[in-house]
Amino acid sequence: MRIIGCGNLHRGDDAAGIIAAERLRALGVEAAVCVGGFAQLMDMWHGADDAIVIDAVVTGAPAGTVHVWDANRPLPFVKSSPSTHGMGIAEAIELSRALKRLPARLRIYGIEGQNFELGTPPVPEVVEAVEEVARRIAGELQTQSEIA
Amino acid sequence: MSGRGTRTIKVDTLARVEGEGAIYIKMAGDRVSDVKLKIYEPPRMFEAFLRGRHFLEAPDITARICGICPIAYQMSAVHALERALGIKIDPAVRLLRRLFYCGEWIESHALHVYMLHAPDFLGYQDVIEMAKDHQPLVEKALRLKKIGNRIVQVIGGREIHPISAVVGGFHKTPCKSQLQELVSELEWALDFSIETVNWTSTLQFPDFEQDYEFVALRHPDEYPFNEGRLVSNHGLDIDAAEYEDRFDEMHVKHSNALHSIVRGRGSYLVGPLARFNLNFDKLPEVARKAAADARLKPPVKNLFRSIAVRAVELVFSCAEALRIIAEYEPPAAPRVETPNRRGVGQAITEAPRGILYHRYAVDENGLIVTAKIVPPTSQNQRRIEDDLREYAAHLAAWPLEEATWKCEQAVRCYDPCISCATHFLKVILDRQ
Repeated sequence: MRIIGCGNLHRGDDAAGIIAAERLRALGVEAAVCVGGFAQLMDMWHGADDAIVIDAVVTGAPAGTVHVWDANRPLPFVKSSPSTHGMGIAEAIELSRALKRLPARLRIYGIEGQNFELGTPPVPEVVEAVEEVARRIAGELQTQSEIA
Repeated sequence: MSGRGTRTIKVDTLARVEGEGAIYIKMAGDRVSDVKLKIYEPPRMFEAFLRGRHFLEAPDITARICGICPIAYQMSAVHALERALGIKIDPAVRLLRRLFYCGEWIESHALHVYMLHAPDFLGYQDVIEMAKDHQPLVEKALRLKKIGNRIVQVIGGREIHPISAVVGGFHKTPCKSQLQELVSELEWALDFSIETVNWTSTLQFPDFEQDYEFVALRHPDEYPFNEGRLVSNHGLDIDAAEYEDRFDEMHVKHSNALHSIVRGRGSYLVGPLARFNLNFDKLPEVARKAAADARLKPPVKNLFRSIAVRAVELVFSCAEALRIIAEYEPPAAPRVETPNRRGVGQAITEAPRGILYHRYAVDENGLIVTAKIVPPTSQNQRRIEDDLREYAAHLAAWPLEEATWKCEQAVRCYDPCISCATHFLKVILDRQ
Protein backbone atom coordinates (compact mmCIF):
# COMPACT_ATOMS: atom_id res chain seq x y z
CA MET A 1 0.00 0.00 0.00
CA ARG A 2 1.43 3.38 -0.98
CA ILE A 3 0.06 6.34 0.98
CA ILE A 4 0.63 9.91 -0.20
CA GLY A 5 -0.37 13.08 1.62
CA CYS A 6 -0.67 16.20 -0.56
CA GLY A 7 -1.00 19.86 0.21
CA ASN A 8 0.65 22.97 1.55
CA LEU A 9 1.52 23.29 5.22
CA HIS A 10 1.26 27.05 5.08
CA ARG A 11 -2.25 27.42 3.64
CA GLY A 12 -4.73 26.63 6.41
CA ASP A 13 -6.80 23.51 5.71
CA ASP A 14 -4.67 22.68 2.64
CA ALA A 15 -2.24 21.20 5.17
CA ALA A 16 -4.68 18.30 5.83
CA GLY A 17 -2.94 15.74 3.57
CA ILE A 18 0.53 16.58 4.88
CA ILE A 19 -0.53 16.41 8.52
CA ALA A 20 -2.36 13.12 7.87
CA ALA A 21 0.87 11.64 6.43
CA GLU A 22 2.81 12.83 9.48
CA ARG A 23 0.17 11.39 11.81
CA LEU A 24 0.27 8.05 9.96
CA ARG A 25 4.04 7.92 10.42
CA ALA A 26 3.55 8.55 14.13
CA LEU A 27 1.20 5.54 14.12
CA GLY A 28 3.94 3.45 12.51
CA VAL A 29 2.57 3.55 8.96
CA GLU A 30 4.80 4.47 6.03
CA ALA A 31 3.40 7.55 4.28
CA ALA A 32 4.97 9.94 1.77
CA VAL A 33 4.36 13.62 1.23
CA CYS A 34 3.85 15.29 -2.15
CA VAL A 35 4.41 19.02 -2.32
CA GLY A 36 5.36 19.06 -5.99
CA GLY A 37 3.19 19.18 -9.09
CA PHE A 38 0.98 16.67 -10.91
CA ALA A 39 3.99 14.92 -12.48
CA GLN A 40 5.53 14.20 -9.08
CA LEU A 41 2.24 12.78 -7.84
CA MET A 42 2.01 10.52 -10.92
CA ASP A 43 5.53 9.28 -10.23
CA MET A 44 4.74 8.62 -6.61
CA TRP A 45 1.85 6.24 -7.29
CA HIS A 46 3.37 4.72 -10.45
CA GLY A 47 4.12 1.01 -9.93
CA ALA A 48 1.91 0.63 -6.86
CA ASP A 49 -0.93 -1.91 -6.90
CA ASP A 50 -2.81 -0.17 -4.15
CA ALA A 51 -2.48 3.52 -3.26
CA ILE A 52 -4.21 6.14 -1.17
CA VAL A 53 -3.94 9.89 -1.70
CA ILE A 54 -5.04 12.21 1.08
CA ASP A 55 -5.75 15.84 0.22
CA ALA A 56 -7.95 18.76 1.16
CA VAL A 57 -10.98 19.24 -1.07
CA VAL A 58 -13.78 21.75 -1.53
CA THR A 59 -17.19 20.31 -2.45
CA GLY A 60 -19.44 22.57 -0.40
CA ALA A 61 -19.85 20.00 2.40
CA PRO A 62 -19.26 21.06 6.04
CA ALA A 63 -15.59 21.51 7.06
CA GLY A 64 -14.03 18.25 8.18
CA THR A 65 -16.32 15.99 6.11
CA VAL A 66 -14.32 12.97 4.90
CA HIS A 67 -14.96 11.82 1.32
CA VAL A 68 -13.54 8.61 -0.16
CA TRP A 69 -13.45 8.17 -3.93
CA ASP A 70 -12.26 5.22 -6.02
CA ALA A 71 -10.20 6.48 -8.98
CA ASN A 72 -11.34 3.51 -11.05
CA ARG A 73 -14.93 4.65 -10.87
CA PRO A 74 -16.32 7.83 -12.42
CA LEU A 75 -14.95 10.67 -10.30
CA PRO A 76 -17.03 13.62 -9.18
CA PHE A 77 -14.06 15.97 -9.74
CA VAL A 78 -14.28 18.84 -12.13
CA LYS A 79 -11.10 19.99 -13.83
CA SER A 80 -9.16 21.78 -11.13
CA SER A 81 -8.67 24.91 -13.21
CA PRO A 82 -7.56 25.69 -16.73
CA SER A 83 -4.19 26.92 -15.56
CA THR A 84 -0.92 25.01 -15.50
CA HIS A 85 -0.67 25.18 -11.76
CA GLY A 86 -4.23 23.86 -11.76
CA MET A 87 -3.13 20.49 -13.12
CA GLY A 88 -4.01 18.73 -9.92
CA ILE A 89 -5.13 15.32 -8.73
CA ALA A 90 -7.99 15.03 -11.26
CA GLU A 91 -5.60 15.66 -14.16
CA ALA A 92 -2.90 13.43 -12.65
CA ILE A 93 -5.44 10.57 -12.39
CA GLU A 94 -6.73 11.02 -15.94
CA LEU A 95 -3.23 11.37 -17.44
CA SER A 96 -2.10 8.26 -15.52
CA ARG A 97 -5.16 6.40 -16.77
CA ALA A 98 -4.39 7.44 -20.38
CA LEU A 99 -0.80 6.28 -19.92
CA LYS A 100 -1.92 3.04 -18.23
CA ARG A 101 0.03 3.99 -15.10
CA LEU A 102 -2.87 4.10 -12.68
CA PRO A 103 -2.56 1.72 -9.72
CA ALA A 104 -5.05 -1.19 -9.84
CA ARG A 105 -6.62 0.39 -6.79
CA LEU A 106 -6.34 4.10 -6.02
CA ARG A 107 -8.47 5.78 -3.42
CA ILE A 108 -8.67 9.47 -2.71
CA TYR A 109 -9.40 10.54 0.84
CA GLY A 110 -10.71 14.07 0.51
CA ILE A 111 -10.94 16.15 3.66
CA GLU A 112 -13.30 19.07 3.27
CA GLY A 113 -11.56 22.36 3.95
CA GLN A 114 -12.95 25.84 4.38
CA ASN A 115 -9.98 28.07 5.15
CA PHE A 116 -7.02 28.30 2.75
CA GLU A 117 -5.50 31.58 3.92
CA LEU A 118 -1.72 31.83 3.92
CA GLY A 119 -0.08 31.41 7.29
CA THR A 120 -3.14 30.13 9.12
CA PRO A 121 -3.58 26.78 10.92
CA PRO A 122 -6.20 24.22 9.85
CA VAL A 123 -9.64 24.69 11.46
CA PRO A 124 -10.47 22.31 14.38
CA GLU A 125 -12.97 20.30 12.26
CA VAL A 126 -10.18 19.54 9.76
CA VAL A 127 -7.72 18.61 12.50
CA GLU A 128 -10.31 16.13 13.86
CA ALA A 129 -10.92 14.75 10.36
CA VAL A 130 -7.18 14.27 9.82
CA GLU A 131 -7.03 12.16 12.98
CA GLU A 132 -10.05 10.14 11.86
CA VAL A 133 -8.55 9.48 8.40
CA ALA A 134 -5.14 8.52 9.85
CA ARG A 135 -6.73 6.09 12.31
CA ARG A 136 -9.04 4.64 9.65
CA ILE A 137 -6.15 3.94 7.25
CA ALA A 138 -3.88 2.60 10.01
CA GLY A 139 -6.76 0.38 11.17
CA GLU A 140 -7.28 -0.95 7.65
CA LEU A 141 -3.58 -1.79 7.33
CA GLN A 142 -3.61 -3.48 10.73
CA THR A 143 -6.57 -5.62 9.70
CA GLN A 144 -4.87 -6.50 6.41
CA SER A 145 -1.67 -7.60 8.18
CA GLU A 146 -3.65 -9.69 10.66
CA ILE A 147 -5.46 -11.44 7.81
CA ALA A 148 -2.16 -12.02 6.02
CA MET B 1 -19.83 34.54 -40.09
CA SER B 2 -17.57 36.09 -42.68
CA GLY B 3 -17.45 39.01 -45.09
CA ARG B 4 -18.38 42.49 -43.92
CA GLY B 5 -20.71 41.44 -41.11
CA THR B 6 -19.95 42.18 -37.50
CA ARG B 7 -19.31 39.58 -34.84
CA THR B 8 -17.94 38.84 -31.42
CA ILE B 9 -15.51 36.02 -30.84
CA LYS B 10 -15.71 35.09 -27.21
CA VAL B 11 -13.77 32.47 -25.28
CA ASP B 12 -14.64 32.50 -21.63
CA THR B 13 -11.78 30.28 -20.51
CA LEU B 14 -8.46 30.16 -22.22
CA ALA B 15 -6.94 26.84 -21.24
CA ARG B 16 -3.34 25.67 -20.97
CA VAL B 17 -1.82 28.93 -19.90
CA GLU B 18 -0.64 29.73 -16.41
CA GLY B 19 -2.80 32.16 -14.49
CA GLU B 20 -6.16 33.81 -14.98
CA GLY B 21 -7.36 36.45 -17.44
CA ALA B 22 -9.49 37.05 -20.52
CA ILE B 23 -9.20 38.20 -24.10
CA TYR B 24 -11.77 40.34 -25.84
CA ILE B 25 -11.60 41.01 -29.60
CA LYS B 26 -14.17 43.18 -31.38
CA MET B 27 -14.37 42.98 -35.17
CA ALA B 28 -16.34 44.46 -38.08
CA GLY B 29 -15.64 42.37 -41.16
CA ASP B 30 -11.86 41.94 -41.33
CA ARG B 31 -11.26 45.13 -39.34
CA VAL B 32 -10.41 44.66 -35.68
CA SER B 33 -11.61 47.61 -33.66
CA ASP B 34 -10.67 46.51 -30.16
CA VAL B 35 -8.37 43.97 -28.53
CA LYS B 36 -7.97 43.62 -24.81
CA LEU B 37 -5.87 41.14 -22.90
CA LYS B 38 -7.78 41.42 -19.67
CA ILE B 39 -5.88 40.38 -16.60
CA TYR B 40 -8.39 40.74 -13.82
CA GLU B 41 -6.74 38.81 -11.02
CA PRO B 42 -5.99 41.07 -8.08
CA PRO B 43 -2.49 42.52 -7.95
CA ARG B 44 -0.23 40.34 -5.82
CA MET B 45 1.70 43.15 -4.15
CA PHE B 46 5.07 41.42 -4.05
CA GLU B 47 6.98 44.66 -4.52
CA ALA B 48 5.21 46.03 -1.43
CA PHE B 49 5.84 42.82 0.56
CA LEU B 50 9.56 43.26 -0.04
CA ARG B 51 9.77 46.77 1.38
CA GLY B 52 11.14 46.72 4.91
CA ARG B 53 12.42 43.14 4.63
CA HIS B 54 16.10 42.30 4.84
CA PHE B 55 17.73 41.76 1.45
CA LEU B 56 18.58 38.16 2.35
CA GLU B 57 14.85 37.38 2.31
CA ALA B 58 14.33 38.60 -1.28
CA PRO B 59 15.24 35.35 -3.13
CA ASP B 60 12.85 33.30 -1.00
CA ILE B 61 10.01 35.84 -1.15
CA THR B 62 10.26 36.40 -4.91
CA ALA B 63 10.55 32.64 -5.62
CA ARG B 64 6.98 32.42 -4.37
CA ILE B 65 5.76 34.53 -7.31
CA CYS B 66 5.82 31.46 -9.56
CA GLY B 67 5.84 27.66 -9.13
CA ILE B 68 7.14 27.15 -12.69
CA CYS B 69 9.90 29.73 -12.86
CA PRO B 70 10.99 30.38 -9.25
CA ILE B 71 14.65 30.18 -10.22
CA ALA B 72 14.29 33.13 -12.57
CA TYR B 73 12.95 35.18 -9.67
CA GLN B 74 15.71 34.01 -7.39
CA MET B 75 18.39 34.71 -9.97
CA SER B 76 17.20 38.21 -10.88
CA ALA B 77 16.90 38.97 -7.15
CA VAL B 78 20.36 37.74 -6.16
CA HIS B 79 22.10 39.41 -9.11
CA ALA B 80 20.38 42.76 -8.54
CA LEU B 81 21.18 42.67 -4.83
CA GLU B 82 24.78 41.60 -5.39
CA ARG B 83 25.11 44.61 -7.66
CA ALA B 84 23.56 46.86 -5.03
CA LEU B 85 26.00 45.55 -2.42
CA GLY B 86 29.07 45.40 -4.67
CA ILE B 87 29.52 41.64 -4.19
CA LYS B 88 31.51 39.41 -6.51
CA ILE B 89 30.60 35.72 -6.54
CA ASP B 90 32.85 32.67 -6.95
CA PRO B 91 33.11 31.52 -10.61
CA ALA B 92 32.00 28.04 -9.51
CA VAL B 93 28.84 29.59 -8.05
CA ARG B 94 28.26 31.40 -11.34
CA LEU B 95 28.53 28.06 -13.16
CA LEU B 96 26.17 26.40 -10.71
CA ARG B 97 23.62 29.17 -11.23
CA ARG B 98 23.72 28.49 -14.97
CA LEU B 99 23.09 24.80 -14.27
CA PHE B 100 20.21 25.77 -11.95
CA TYR B 101 18.70 27.78 -14.82
CA CYS B 102 19.18 24.79 -17.22
CA GLY B 103 16.97 22.78 -14.86
CA GLU B 104 14.25 25.42 -14.88
CA TRP B 105 14.30 25.80 -18.70
CA ILE B 106 14.12 22.00 -19.16
CA GLU B 107 11.14 21.54 -16.84
CA SER B 108 9.31 24.64 -18.07
CA HIS B 109 9.93 24.10 -21.81
CA ALA B 110 9.12 20.34 -21.58
CA LEU B 111 5.85 21.25 -19.85
CA HIS B 112 4.95 23.84 -22.46
CA VAL B 113 6.10 22.03 -25.61
CA TYR B 114 4.36 18.74 -24.82
CA MET B 115 1.68 19.31 -22.19
CA LEU B 116 0.37 22.72 -23.19
CA HIS B 117 1.32 23.50 -26.79
CA ALA B 118 1.54 20.14 -28.66
CA PRO B 119 -2.21 19.41 -28.33
CA ASP B 120 -2.88 22.54 -30.47
CA PHE B 121 -0.84 21.16 -33.36
CA LEU B 122 -2.04 17.56 -33.06
CA GLY B 123 -5.72 18.50 -32.72
CA TYR B 124 -6.43 17.49 -29.14
CA GLN B 125 -8.29 19.31 -26.43
CA ASP B 126 -5.53 18.64 -23.92
CA VAL B 127 -2.58 16.41 -23.10
CA ILE B 128 -4.85 13.82 -21.48
CA GLU B 129 -6.65 13.27 -24.82
CA MET B 130 -3.31 13.40 -26.64
CA ALA B 131 -1.80 10.77 -24.31
CA LYS B 132 -4.40 8.19 -25.37
CA ASP B 133 -2.98 8.24 -28.94
CA HIS B 134 0.61 9.28 -28.22
CA GLN B 135 1.48 7.37 -25.06
CA PRO B 136 5.25 6.94 -25.70
CA LEU B 137 5.66 10.62 -26.59
CA VAL B 138 3.91 11.84 -23.43
CA GLU B 139 5.85 9.38 -21.28
CA LYS B 140 9.11 10.67 -22.72
CA ALA B 141 7.95 14.26 -22.16
CA LEU B 142 7.29 13.48 -18.49
CA ARG B 143 10.74 11.91 -18.22
CA LEU B 144 12.30 15.02 -19.79
CA LYS B 145 10.44 17.32 -17.40
CA LYS B 146 11.54 15.16 -14.50
CA ILE B 147 15.25 15.60 -15.26
CA GLY B 148 14.73 19.38 -15.15
CA ASN B 149 12.99 19.06 -11.81
CA ARG B 150 15.81 16.82 -10.60
CA ILE B 151 18.47 19.42 -11.39
CA VAL B 152 16.44 22.03 -9.51
CA GLN B 153 16.06 19.68 -6.55
CA VAL B 154 19.77 18.81 -6.37
CA ILE B 155 20.89 22.45 -6.48
CA GLY B 156 17.91 24.17 -4.89
CA GLY B 157 16.95 21.67 -2.19
CA ARG B 158 13.48 20.98 -3.59
CA GLU B 159 11.63 21.01 -6.94
CA ILE B 160 9.15 23.79 -6.32
CA HIS B 161 10.12 27.02 -4.61
CA PRO B 162 13.74 25.92 -4.07
CA ILE B 163 15.43 27.24 -0.98
CA SER B 164 19.17 27.15 -1.54
CA ALA B 165 19.85 30.30 -3.58
CA VAL B 166 21.06 33.22 -1.53
CA VAL B 167 22.66 36.60 -2.13
CA GLY B 168 26.39 35.81 -2.44
CA GLY B 169 25.97 32.21 -3.59
CA PHE B 170 24.07 29.23 -2.23
CA HIS B 171 23.32 28.07 1.32
CA LYS B 172 24.74 24.70 0.26
CA THR B 173 26.41 23.55 -2.93
CA PRO B 174 26.33 20.01 -4.32
CA CYS B 175 29.41 17.80 -4.49
CA LYS B 176 30.67 16.51 -7.82
CA SER B 177 29.16 13.07 -7.39
CA GLN B 178 25.68 14.51 -6.86
CA LEU B 179 25.91 16.21 -10.22
CA GLN B 180 27.52 13.19 -11.89
CA GLU B 181 24.41 11.18 -10.98
CA LEU B 182 22.45 13.41 -13.36
CA VAL B 183 24.62 12.68 -16.39
CA SER B 184 23.04 9.52 -17.81
CA GLU B 185 19.53 10.97 -17.66
CA LEU B 186 20.78 14.23 -19.18
CA GLU B 187 22.40 12.32 -22.04
CA TRP B 188 19.04 10.68 -22.70
CA ALA B 189 17.35 14.10 -22.38
CA LEU B 190 19.74 15.62 -24.93
CA ASP B 191 18.91 12.88 -27.47
CA PHE B 192 15.18 13.24 -26.83
CA SER B 193 15.41 17.03 -27.14
CA ILE B 194 17.03 16.63 -30.57
CA GLU B 195 14.17 14.24 -31.46
CA THR B 196 11.78 16.91 -30.24
CA VAL B 197 13.25 19.53 -32.58
CA ASN B 198 12.88 17.05 -35.47
CA TRP B 199 9.32 16.28 -34.42
CA THR B 200 8.38 19.97 -34.35
CA SER B 201 9.57 20.27 -37.96
CA THR B 202 6.73 17.91 -38.97
CA LEU B 203 4.05 20.22 -37.56
CA GLN B 204 1.92 22.56 -39.68
CA PHE B 205 2.33 26.24 -38.83
CA PRO B 206 -0.08 29.02 -39.83
CA ASP B 207 1.40 31.52 -42.27
CA PHE B 208 1.69 34.43 -39.85
CA GLU B 209 4.86 36.53 -39.64
CA GLN B 210 5.18 39.85 -37.85
CA ASP B 211 7.87 42.49 -37.70
CA TYR B 212 8.73 42.14 -34.04
CA GLU B 213 11.17 44.08 -31.95
CA PHE B 214 12.92 41.15 -30.29
CA VAL B 215 14.46 41.96 -26.91
CA ALA B 216 16.82 39.60 -25.08
CA LEU B 217 20.06 39.48 -23.16
CA ARG B 218 23.25 39.04 -25.15
CA HIS B 219 26.53 37.87 -23.67
CA PRO B 220 29.84 37.86 -25.56
CA ASP B 221 30.57 34.20 -24.87
CA GLU B 222 27.41 32.33 -24.10
CA TYR B 223 23.69 31.83 -24.76
CA PRO B 224 22.15 34.06 -22.10
CA PHE B 225 20.85 33.09 -18.69
CA ASN B 226 22.09 35.39 -15.94
CA GLU B 227 24.22 38.02 -17.58
CA GLY B 228 24.61 40.20 -20.63
CA ARG B 229 23.55 43.45 -22.17
CA LEU B 230 19.95 43.96 -23.15
CA VAL B 231 19.77 44.15 -26.94
CA SER B 232 17.17 44.24 -29.68
CA ASN B 233 17.02 43.96 -33.47
CA HIS B 234 16.02 47.64 -33.52
CA GLY B 235 19.30 48.91 -32.11
CA LEU B 236 18.78 48.67 -28.36
CA ASP B 237 22.02 47.88 -26.51
CA ILE B 238 21.93 48.76 -22.81
CA ASP B 239 23.02 47.70 -19.36
CA ALA B 240 20.31 46.52 -16.93
CA ALA B 241 20.83 49.78 -15.01
CA GLU B 242 19.45 51.70 -18.03
CA TYR B 243 16.29 49.56 -18.37
CA GLU B 244 13.93 52.06 -16.79
CA ASP B 245 15.33 54.85 -18.97
CA ARG B 246 14.42 52.95 -22.14
CA PHE B 247 11.23 51.11 -21.22
CA ASP B 248 7.96 52.52 -19.92
CA GLU B 249 5.45 50.72 -17.79
CA MET B 250 1.85 51.90 -17.85
CA HIS B 251 -1.44 50.96 -16.30
CA VAL B 252 -4.33 50.15 -18.63
CA LYS B 253 -7.85 49.89 -17.29
CA HIS B 254 -8.45 46.31 -18.45
CA SER B 255 -5.38 44.72 -16.85
CA ASN B 256 -4.05 44.38 -13.37
CA ALA B 257 -0.59 43.80 -14.84
CA LEU B 258 1.28 46.82 -16.12
CA HIS B 259 1.94 47.07 -19.86
CA SER B 260 5.51 47.68 -21.03
CA ILE B 261 6.69 49.40 -24.19
CA VAL B 262 10.05 50.41 -25.58
CA ARG B 263 10.02 54.16 -25.00
CA GLY B 264 9.11 55.99 -28.22
CA ARG B 265 8.47 52.75 -30.15
CA GLY B 266 5.85 50.44 -28.64
CA SER B 267 5.41 46.75 -28.07
CA TYR B 268 8.24 44.26 -28.13
CA LEU B 269 8.67 40.51 -27.79
CA VAL B 270 10.68 38.67 -25.15
CA GLY B 271 11.24 34.94 -24.76
CA PRO B 272 12.55 32.02 -26.83
CA LEU B 273 12.06 33.64 -30.29
CA ALA B 274 13.88 36.78 -29.18
CA ARG B 275 16.73 34.86 -27.57
CA PHE B 276 17.11 32.53 -30.57
CA ASN B 277 17.07 35.34 -33.13
CA LEU B 278 19.51 37.53 -31.20
CA ASN B 279 21.84 34.80 -29.95
CA PHE B 280 21.80 32.04 -32.56
CA ASP B 281 25.59 32.27 -32.91
CA LYS B 282 26.00 31.55 -29.19
CA LEU B 283 24.13 28.23 -29.29
CA PRO B 284 26.34 25.15 -29.04
CA GLU B 285 26.93 23.27 -32.28
CA VAL B 286 24.54 20.49 -31.33
CA ALA B 287 21.66 22.98 -30.96
CA ARG B 288 22.54 24.87 -34.17
CA LYS B 289 22.66 21.58 -36.06
CA ALA B 290 19.29 20.47 -34.63
CA ALA B 291 17.81 23.82 -35.73
CA ALA B 292 19.35 23.55 -39.20
CA ASP B 293 18.05 19.98 -39.61
CA ALA B 294 14.59 21.28 -38.76
CA ARG B 295 15.02 24.14 -41.32
CA LEU B 296 14.89 26.67 -38.52
CA LYS B 297 17.12 29.69 -38.96
CA PRO B 298 17.03 33.21 -37.59
CA PRO B 299 15.16 35.43 -37.83
CA VAL B 300 12.13 33.32 -37.00
CA LYS B 301 9.21 35.78 -37.22
CA ASN B 302 6.37 33.28 -37.02
CA LEU B 303 5.13 33.15 -33.45
CA PHE B 304 3.71 29.65 -33.95
CA ARG B 305 7.21 28.31 -34.57
CA SER B 306 8.06 29.15 -30.98
CA ILE B 307 7.36 25.47 -30.15
CA ALA B 308 10.32 24.53 -32.37
CA VAL B 309 12.53 27.23 -30.88
CA ARG B 310 11.68 26.05 -27.36
CA ALA B 311 12.76 22.57 -28.49
CA VAL B 312 16.09 24.01 -29.67
CA GLU B 313 16.47 25.63 -26.26
CA LEU B 314 15.83 22.23 -24.70
CA VAL B 315 18.79 20.90 -26.71
CA PHE B 316 20.87 23.85 -25.54
CA SER B 317 19.85 23.41 -21.90
CA CYS B 318 20.70 19.69 -21.85
CA ALA B 319 24.04 20.24 -23.64
CA GLU B 320 24.92 23.16 -21.36
CA ALA B 321 24.01 21.16 -18.25
CA LEU B 322 26.28 18.33 -19.35
CA ARG B 323 29.11 20.78 -20.10
CA ILE B 324 28.79 22.42 -16.69
CA ILE B 325 28.67 19.11 -14.83
CA ALA B 326 31.84 17.98 -16.63
CA GLU B 327 33.66 21.18 -15.61
CA TYR B 328 32.24 21.59 -12.12
CA GLU B 329 34.50 21.85 -9.10
CA PRO B 330 32.68 22.86 -5.89
CA PRO B 331 33.48 26.42 -4.73
CA ALA B 332 35.80 26.91 -1.74
CA ALA B 333 32.77 28.26 0.14
CA PRO B 334 29.12 28.07 -0.90
CA ARG B 335 28.70 31.81 -0.46
CA VAL B 336 30.67 34.97 0.10
CA GLU B 337 29.99 37.32 3.00
CA THR B 338 27.28 39.90 2.33
CA PRO B 339 27.54 42.70 4.89
CA ASN B 340 24.79 45.29 5.09
CA ARG B 341 25.42 48.28 2.89
CA ARG B 342 23.39 51.03 1.30
CA GLY B 343 23.01 50.64 -2.47
CA VAL B 344 20.86 50.31 -5.54
CA GLY B 345 21.15 47.41 -7.99
CA GLN B 346 19.39 46.21 -11.12
CA ALA B 347 19.56 42.86 -12.91
CA ILE B 348 17.94 41.13 -15.84
CA THR B 349 17.97 37.37 -16.30
CA GLU B 350 16.30 35.15 -18.90
CA ALA B 351 13.27 33.37 -17.42
CA PRO B 352 11.91 30.61 -19.71
CA ARG B 353 9.32 33.13 -20.98
CA GLY B 354 11.74 36.01 -21.41
CA ILE B 355 13.57 38.74 -19.58
CA LEU B 356 12.83 39.36 -15.92
CA TYR B 357 13.93 42.72 -14.51
CA HIS B 358 14.49 43.39 -10.81
CA ARG B 359 15.67 46.58 -9.08
CA TYR B 360 16.26 46.99 -5.34
CA ALA B 361 17.31 49.90 -3.17
CA VAL B 362 18.74 48.79 0.18
CA ASP B 363 19.49 50.94 3.25
CA GLU B 364 22.52 50.79 5.60
CA ASN B 365 20.79 48.11 7.72
CA GLY B 366 20.26 45.88 4.73
CA LEU B 367 16.52 46.59 4.60
CA ILE B 368 14.84 46.89 1.21
CA VAL B 369 13.60 50.44 0.67
CA THR B 370 12.11 49.97 -2.80
CA ALA B 371 11.70 46.99 -5.12
CA LYS B 372 10.62 46.85 -8.74
CA ILE B 373 9.86 43.62 -10.64
CA VAL B 374 8.94 43.48 -14.35
CA PRO B 375 8.03 39.90 -15.36
CA PRO B 376 8.25 38.62 -18.95
CA THR B 377 4.50 38.07 -19.46
CA SER B 378 3.85 41.62 -18.35
CA GLN B 379 6.33 42.80 -20.99
CA ASN B 380 4.70 40.64 -23.70
CA GLN B 381 1.14 41.80 -22.94
CA ARG B 382 1.08 44.67 -25.41
CA ARG B 383 2.71 42.46 -28.06
CA ILE B 384 0.07 39.73 -27.49
CA GLU B 385 -2.65 42.34 -28.14
CA ASP B 386 -0.84 43.54 -31.30
CA ASP B 387 -0.55 39.93 -32.55
CA LEU B 388 -4.23 39.23 -31.88
CA ARG B 389 -5.19 42.41 -33.74
CA GLU B 390 -3.35 41.16 -36.84
CA TYR B 391 -4.19 37.49 -36.46
CA ALA B 392 -7.93 38.00 -35.85
CA ALA B 393 -8.05 40.03 -39.10
CA HIS B 394 -6.41 37.06 -40.92
CA LEU B 395 -9.16 34.85 -39.51
CA ALA B 396 -12.08 37.09 -40.57
CA ALA B 397 -13.42 34.50 -43.03
CA TRP B 398 -13.15 31.61 -40.58
CA PRO B 399 -16.17 30.27 -38.70
CA LEU B 400 -16.45 31.87 -35.28
CA GLU B 401 -15.67 28.77 -33.27
CA GLU B 402 -12.53 27.96 -35.23
CA ALA B 403 -11.34 31.58 -35.22
CA THR B 404 -11.76 31.70 -31.45
CA TRP B 405 -9.78 28.48 -31.04
CA LYS B 406 -7.02 29.87 -33.28
CA CYS B 407 -6.81 33.04 -31.19
CA GLU B 408 -6.40 30.95 -28.05
CA GLN B 409 -3.61 29.07 -29.76
CA ALA B 410 -1.87 32.31 -30.66
CA VAL B 411 -1.84 33.36 -27.02
CA ARG B 412 -0.49 29.98 -25.94
CA CYS B 413 2.52 30.50 -28.23
CA TYR B 414 3.70 32.99 -25.63
CA ASP B 415 3.49 30.42 -22.83
CA PRO B 416 2.10 33.27 -20.75
CA CYS B 417 2.53 33.08 -17.02
CA ILE B 418 -0.21 35.41 -15.92
CA SER B 419 0.31 34.48 -12.30
CA CYS B 420 3.69 36.11 -12.59
CA ALA B 421 2.32 39.16 -14.38
CA THR B 422 -0.26 39.11 -11.71
CA HIS B 423 -2.41 36.00 -12.40
CA PHE B 424 -5.78 33.56 -16.09
CA LEU B 425 -7.35 34.08 -19.31
CA LYS B 426 -10.78 34.21 -20.86
CA VAL B 427 -11.08 35.05 -24.62
CA ILE B 428 -13.95 37.05 -26.07
CA LEU B 429 -13.84 37.73 -29.82
CA ASP B 430 -16.54 40.29 -30.64
CA ARG B 431 -17.26 40.38 -34.39
CA GLN B 432 -19.78 43.07 -35.25
